Amino acid sequence: MIEGFVALYIFMLAAFVGYEVISKVPVILHTPLMSGSNFVHGIVLIGAMVALGHAETGLERLIGFIAVLLGAGNAIGGWVVTERMLEMFKESKRGNQ
Amino acid sequence: MNTVIQLAYFIAAVLFIVGLKRMSSPRTARQGIVWAGAGMALAVLVTFFYTGLSNYFLMIIAIVVAGGAAWWWARHVAMTDMPQMIAIYNGMGGGSAATIAAVELIKDEPLNFSAIVLAVLGALIGSIAFSGSAIAFAKLQGLMDKTFYFPYQQLTNLAVFALAILCGIAVIVEPSGGLLFLFFCLSLAFGVLMTLPIGGADMPVVISLYNALTGLAVGFEGFVLGNPAMMIAGIVVGAAGTLLTQLMAKAMNRSLAKVLFSQFGVQPGAAAERVEGSLKPIDANDAASLLAYANKVIVVPGYGMAVAQAQHKVWEFCRLLQERGVDVKFAIHPVAGRMPGHMNVLLAEAGVPYDLIHDLDEINEEFATADVALVIGANDVVNPIARKDANSPIYGMPILNVDQARNAIVIKRGQGAGFSGVENHLFYADNTRMLYGDGQKMASALIAGVKAV
Repeated sequence: MIEGFVALYIFMLAAFVGYEVISKVPVILHTPLMSGSNFVHGIVLIGAMVALGHAETGLERLIGFIAVLLGAGNAIGGWVVTERMLEMFKESKRGNQ
Repeated sequence: MNTVIQLAYFIAAVLFIVGLKRMSSPRTARQGIVWAGAGMALAVLVTFFYTGLSNYFLMIIAIVVAGGAAWWWARHVAMTDMPQMIAIYNGMGGGSAATIAAVELIKDEPLNFSAIVLAVLGALIGSIAFSGSAIAFAKLQGLMDKTFYFPYQQLTNLAVFALAILCGIAVIVEPSGGLLFLFFCLSLAFGVLMTLPIGGADMPVVISLYNALTGLAVGFEGFVLGNPAMMIAGIVVGAAGTLLTQLMAKAMNRSLAKVLFSQFGVQPGAAAERVEGSLKPIDANDAASLLAYANKVIVVPGYGMAVAQAQHKVWEFCRLLQERGVDVKFAIHPVAGRMPGHMNVLLAEAGVPYDLIHDLDEINEEFATADVALVIGANDVVNPIARKDANSPIYGMPILNVDQARNAIVIKRGQGAGFSGVENHLFYADNTRMLYGDGQKMASALIAGVKAV
């Protein structure tokens, strides 16, 4: 368990990392990067798995099940969409070399 | 075993950051998603060995069913529909964060105070991102009217938001199932209400905002669950998404507040002014010979090209021009299409090399030296009124200076106004010719025309 100020430091540092990582991006990559960051927050899937895994009552199971459904959709759908976009970048490059 | 899991999460967090960093440069972008994907696979895999978990059967069913469906759908959807796919998958992430909060909040085991606050905050943000993204998806997919207004809309939205916050505070102070249910209903309703009046060119900004919100919600739920991988990935995306949203709003010269709270294109008086001149049509053969004998052609693609799936035909046509010695360049407006970079993606799909594709800043000076500017399904982003008329709703938006080219040819399906509802003065200019028709058909006609020259 991460407590109090340590969590705050993690939040602060992660926010700066996110800001820095994206600050000098060419427009050409805006959509793929938005899609890529959309995939990265698909990490919510592991939280959903833990929530469902710890569920005890029927209602908790039901909501946890929905959480995993949605999280898996985010992670896997997000990956395929991003991969398809970036795939085209690669092909176009190869085709013109 | 726990140490192994923590170590795996740590590695996953590093892989996410490295992956995002790599995705921010064209040369390494493709490795970026592979790195991030490896991080995700690792994190999900080790989570199965988390201590004290049960319900494995349900878990695997959910992952297989939703993952399989998402995989199939994302594989088979057309490239032009990518913006709404991002919207819907993003909404799922927000929904997942909100439902995690719901599970944690209805549990008997008491959470500590800061965890409850963050769970409620994450639930609020996640719910808004979920229902808002769903509406954005429906709009982009054409399932819903573009915009939706009713009297006292801003006031109603504000009231619903305030009620949601009050309910959230009540849940923190005195948790109960009924209140929690009401809280989720209000949060979801606010996401819907907030997105309804937003349309047109503002849509990508809103999707990007929801992307950032989902990131934040995931980060908050990561704190509730004591999961550092979720915290880091969520907050990184939250910050990156916020910056991206700002960049996008700035590219359109609109503040985020304006995007969210002013209604695009409905200002009274905007439609009143008359346009001088007339629309002058041209047929494909004449257009083709005009282009074939030019020295320098700048192609300006817009959403119309995406809708018509014309990018391959357009590039085929441009290659024919290149063979004739014409200097061909592509000019991309930051918000052309429905997302920044949307056009770049489509042109990359068609095989257009990067060095022919230029941003607004790079190429705007060059229009004055171009013989022909070929506009394919772009409208508002080439409307010179954005420079001239302070009353216009798009006033101040940077535009591509197509009107400064010696000639402009505009391929357009019909005579309607652009997404903003503003008449385009470029179309009435003396040196502009209109080539009416579907982008793909017209590109084919131009190909035939150039071959015949």
